[in-house]
Amino acid sequence: MLKVFSWPFNLYPFNMETLIVTEPNYASIKNQESICLSKIPILSYGKFYTEVVNFMKEPQVHCVNYYGYSDGEKVKFICCLADDNTSNIKVFSHEIQKKEKMQLTSMTREAYALHIYEREISENFGVEFIYSPWSKPVRYAFNRADRTKVINNYPFYKIQSEELHEVGVGPIHAGVIEPGHFRFLCNGETVLHLEIQLGWQHRGIEDLFLKKPALIQRTVLSESIAGDTAVGHAVTFAGIMESLAGISIQDRLSIERTIGLELERIAMHIGDLSNICIGLAYQLGASVFGALRTPTINYSQLWCGNRFGKGLIRVGGSHYPLNNSLIESLEKFLNNFEGRFVTMAEKMFSLSSVLMRMENIGTVSKTQMQLIGAVGMSARMTGIERDLRKSHPIGAYQKLKYAPVLDVTNGDVWARAALRRKEIIASIDYIRNLISQLKANDETSNKPVSEGSLKLMPNSLCVSMTEGWRGEICHCAVTNDQGKIHHYKIKDPSVHNWMALALSLRDLEISDFPINNKSYNLSYCGHDL
Amino acid sequence: MLFDEMKILLQHGKQFIPDVTKPQLPGPYKGRPEISANKVDEQALTALCPTGAIGTGPVSIDMGKCVMCGECSFTFPNKIKFTADYKIATNVRERLIVKEGDVNPITLDENKIRAEIRSLFGRSLKLREISAAGSNADEQELNACGNPNFDMGRFGIEFLASPRHCDGIVITGPISENMAEAVQVCYDAVPDPKIIILVGSDAISGGIFAGSGALNRSFLDKYPIDLYVPGNPPHPLTFVNGILEMIRKKKN
Repeated sequence: MLKVFSWPFNLYPFNMETLIVTEPNYASIKNQESICLSKIPILSYGKFYTEVVNFMKEPQVHCVNYYGYSDGEKVKFICCLADDNTSNIKVFSHEIQKKEKMQLTSMTREAYALHIYEREISENFGVEFIYSPWSKPVRYAFNRADRTKVINNYPFYKIQSEELHEVGVGPIHAGVIEPGHFRFLCNGETVLHLEIQLGWQHRGIEDLFLKKPALIQRTVLSESIAGDTAVGHAVTFAGIMESLAGISIQDRLSIERTIGLELERIAMHIGDLSNICIGLAYQLGASVFGALRTPTINYSQLWCGNRFGKGLIRVGGSHYPLNNSLIESLEKFLNNFEGRFVTMAEKMFSLSSVLMRMENIGTVSKTQMQLIGAVGMSARMTGIERDLRKSHPIGAYQKLKYAPVLDVTNGDVWARAALRRKEIIASIDYIRNLISQLKANDETSNKPVSEGSLKLMPNSLCVSMTEGWRGEICHCAVTNDQGKIHHYKIKDPSVHNWMALALSLRDLEISDFPINNKSYNLSYCGHDL
Repeated sequence: MLFDEMKILLQHGKQFIPDVTKPQLPGPYKGRPEISANKVDEQALTALCPTGAIGTGPVSIDMGKCVMCGECSFTFPNKIKFTADYKIATNVRERLIVKEGDVNPITLDENKIRAEIRSLFGRSLKLREISAAGSNADEQELNACGNPNFDMGRFGIEFLASPRHCDGIVITGPISENMAEAVQVCYDAVPDPKIIILVGSDAISGGIFAGSGALNRSFLDKYPIDLYVPGNPPHPLTFVNGILEMIRKKKN
C-alpha cells in the first residue's frame, strides 16, 4: 500500500485514488499459463464473495471454472473468471476447514451462472450453501459426500394440480444416444417446465486422472471424456501438460492440432444438421448431410487411423504429421465437401416447410443466455460474443485470427441450425488458410514426449481452455510439491448449456422437444464425467 | 426448383457399400494386431499399455482391453503391427486375445452360437441399444451402421426404441453404478431368447475406465455374452460383419 501523506486532500492536483496501489485480490494469468499456487491470494470468503460477484456483473466476464479440492484438513477453492476483452483469467481462491457442517453463503442469487459450480461443490464436499435457490444434485458422483442419496429415486420438481400431468423420459432414451432423464411438467400439450437430471453417465473420470498416472493413460482418458469431442478435450489436456512441463510446441504442431479441432467441428455440425433434418422429417437433408459426415470422419481415419481423431493429439508432438500427400487429400476433400454442402444447405434453408418447423421454435434470449453463463454455439446463437478462438486464443488461433460468426442472433432452432451452416463454411475457409501456413512451414515434426522426460512444475495451477465444437472446454490442474498432479478438474461446455435446453422448452409443445434437443446436441458424458 | 433437387441427388450419387464384407479401410486404421517372434524387453512393452492389455509368455494383446492407442506399435514396430483387418468380432472372449505368431482372422465359434439365433434372427434382428456410460463415440458408430453408407437395415438389422419389440440388447460403455439398475430393467423387458452384444473395449473390459469406483459391472457376471465387438470405438464394419456372421451361416 502506498503511503498517503497527511496533506489536505484538496491540495492534490489529481485524483489520489489512481496512485494508491493495493494488493490485488486475484492472480491474473493467460490461457494455458501455469502459476505458482503461492501467487494466488487466499481471500476470506466475504472478500471472495464480493470480488467474484462484482466481476460477474460485467458482461465480458464469465466464470470458466469454480471448484473445490481436498488438501489435507482443508477444502481449497479455485475460481477462474475469464475476461473476454483483455484475454486475462482472474484466479480467486478461498479455503475452509473440513468439518461436519460446512456452510457458505450462496453467490447464485447474485450471479446465477455460478449455480452449477456451487451445486457440484455441495454434492462433492457436503458444503451447504445458505440461500441457495435450489441445491439440486449434479451427477451423483461415486465419491459424493452423501452416499445415502441415490440417482434412481431423485425427487423431481413437482407442481400440485389436477390439470397438470408429468411426462418422464429416460434414463434410456428411444434412440441410440446417451442416458439422462427429462421430466416434463405439462399443461395439456404445453410444457410448463422441463427438469433435466443427469448423472447416469458418471465414470469417475476426474478421479481416474489421479489413479492412472501414466501419460498415455491420462491422454487416452482425455480422449474419452466425451467421445464426440476427443480432439477438443485432448488438445486441452495436452495444453496443460505442456504448460506445466514448460514445453513450447512447434508452430507446425499447433497448426495441425487446430486443423484437427476445426475438422471435428465440421464433422459434428454436419452430423447435427442431418439429425435436425431427421427431427423435422426432411429426408433429403438427413441423407445428404448424413452422407457428407462420412467423408469428414473418414478423413480423420486417413490421417490418424480413427474416425473420431483418437490418437491424433499427443503431448509435445505427433505420431501422425500432416504430410504433403495428406494435405493434398485434405484440400480435395474440402473442395468436394463444400460444393455438395452449399447446394444442399441452400435448398434446406429455402424450403418453407423446413423453415416453419425451425423458426420461433424454442427461442431463448440473449439475457437468459448471459444469466446462465451459456458458452460456445449456444451463446453465439443469441448474439453473445463469446468464442475462445477470438477472446483467449492460443497457438495457431493467435497467429491467424479467427472471426467468429456473430450475425445469427434469433435464439431459436433456426438460429442453431443456421449458425452451424455458417460455422462449417467459416471452418472450411479457416482450414484453407491454415493449410497455406502449413505449406510455408519447413519444420520437421517432433515425436510425442516420453513419460520420463516430463517434469511438471511443483505447487502450481494451470488453466487450459479450448473452443471445442460445442463451446468452451476448460481443464484445471493443481500439482503438489513433488510436481505430481494433485487434482484435475474437467469442465465440458454442456455443463452450462443444458439449462438452455430447459429454458427453450418453456411454453412449447412437448412434441417440439426432439428437434430442440437435436438442435443443441449437448453432451451427457461430458457433464457427468 | 426441381432442378435443385436433381442436382443434389446427382451429387449425392450412390452412397451404399455394395458388399460390406469387402471394403479395405484406408489410412493407418488399427484393426487385428499381429505379433512377431522378435525378442524385445517384455517388461518395457507391457508397461507401455494404458489398459494392461499386453500379456507375456507368449506376448499377447487382449483386444477386449486394447484401446487402439498404438503406443506399443510405435515403440516396438518390429514386434507389434496393427493390420487393417476390421473383422474382429467374436463370441468367445478368449479369441480376442491375439498371441505371438497368430495371423489368422478372428472368427466366431460356430458351435457356440445358440441354435435359436440362427433359426430366428437370420433375416431380422431388432436390437435395443443401452448406452451405459458410453462416451458417445461407440453410439455414433452404431448409428452410422444404419446410415446410407453401411445401411445394415438391408439385412434386417435395426435398432428399436422399445425393448419389448427387440430380440436383444447391445451395451456400450463400461456400465456405471448409476446405470446398473437401468441395464437390468431393460434386459428383463426383452422377450426370450434374448441376446447380449458388448460393443467397444469399454463395455467388454471396462477399457480405460477399468478399476473406477464409479462402475458396477455385476450384470455381465450373470449372463452369457453372445457377441463381443472390440474397438475404441469399433468401426461400423466391425459391428455389421460381426452380427452377420452370428445370424447367418457362411455361404461356402
